[in-house]
Amino acid sequence: MVKDLSIQELEKRFQEKIDKDIKIEPNDWMPDDYRQTLIRQISQHAHSEIVGMLPEGNWITRAPNLRRKAVLLAKVQDEAGHGLYLYSAAETLGADREETIDDLHSGKAKYSSIFNYPTLSWADMGAIGWLVDGAAIMNQVPLCRCSYGPYARAMVRVCKEESFHQRQGFEIMAHLAQGSPEQKAMAQDALNRFWWPALMMFGPNDAESKHTLQSMNWKIKRHTNDELRQQFVDVTIPQAEMIGLTIPDKDLIFNELTGHYEFGEINWDEFWNVVKGNGPCNKDRIDTRKKAKEDGAWVREAALAFADKRQKRKSA
Amino acid sequence: MSKKEWPLWEVFIRSKAGLNHKHVGSLRAADAEMAIDNARDVYTRRSEGISIWVVPSNQITASDPTEADALFEPANSKIYRHPTFYDVPDGISHM
Repeated sequence: MVKDLSIQELEKRFQEKIDKDIKIEPNDWMPDDYRQTLIRQISQHAHSEIVGMLPEGNWITRAPNLRRKAVLLAKVQDEAGHGLYLYSAAETLGADREETIDDLHSGKAKYSSIFNYPTLSWADMGAIGWLVDGAAIMNQVPLCRCSYGPYARAMVRVCKEESFHQRQGFEIMAHLAQGSPEQKAMAQDALNRFWWPALMMFGPNDAESKHTLQSMNWKIKRHTNDELRQQFVDVTIPQAEMIGLTIPDKDLIFNELTGHYEFGEINWDEFWNVVKGNGPCNKDRIDTRKKAKEDGAWVREAALAFADKRQKRKSA
Repeated sequence: MSKKEWPLWEVFIRSKAGLNHKHVGSLRAADAEMAIDNARDVYTRRSEGISIWVVPSNQITASDPTEADALFEPANSKIYRHPTFYDVPDGISHM
């Protein structure tokens, strides 16, 4: 009987399942640290999807034409959906949804730092779709094989939907880059501002990443931060060259021997400063989320009251 | 402000006529009607379905994973339930 086994034996059997690539499902026994690591990662991922709607939402009403507007609206709606899949996945681990959201609002839970940068021009919609969603896809594709079933399944849905996000962003950049000198300058400026924060999205260097080793043993993570970052750089640089934009990195060179690009030092002080809450938009993002929750409280209560009334009428 | 949350619903989608409904995930909604509407928005934005079921999550009874070995063991030992258990002589067809 599994119920009578010691913790050591349960942990051994758990790791054997992981090693055999057998998925873990919500009601299966799992070590508490595995559960907590997943709740932290999945809820932060969910928060990133939701906060990530804000920089792009900023441009919906000012999209240059109806096609661009419809596309951007669909993309931002997808991000809301991704947040919901992920909050639901976190709930299967016993996380309370409202508490999870309150942790975001209190600053206890983090979200991707990239969303603490402002979107100053229309070209930023291009840079975000191309670079930010591009980096997110690099991170998320391996998560489709994550050991925790509900997270892996949510990622399969997210990745299917995400590929249009990157293409629409690249299309915006390519169009601007082939437009007037002012339009091309606008695209270049967006690339200049988003390139380095996009590289930071993969997280600290492997030597500094305290969760990587355990997460890899548990097959939550399949590649290290630096491996994914390199992969992103290698595929993105030829795309920039193709549309005639310049990567803002004077140290960038292609190493013929390794077949990889070598890039300059990331400004980690900036990264940690933004993580700690001092980025250009941290306060604004959280204030907006808090206001949305508070202003919507009466709607959620009214919906419950209405559901209650309808139920009573049915049973009367 | 009330602490009461909208209840959790499990969502099942029939992707096309002739196929069974399949579990796709969960969501929160005040009542069943809203759960259907939300499921439409959350799980069928790209024509993934033609029919939706929603079931309150707390109404689902699941088998206990720690009892799985004992529960499913009888199926493992009865290999004669599979057609490959039987020898069919050469020359016999349509079987």
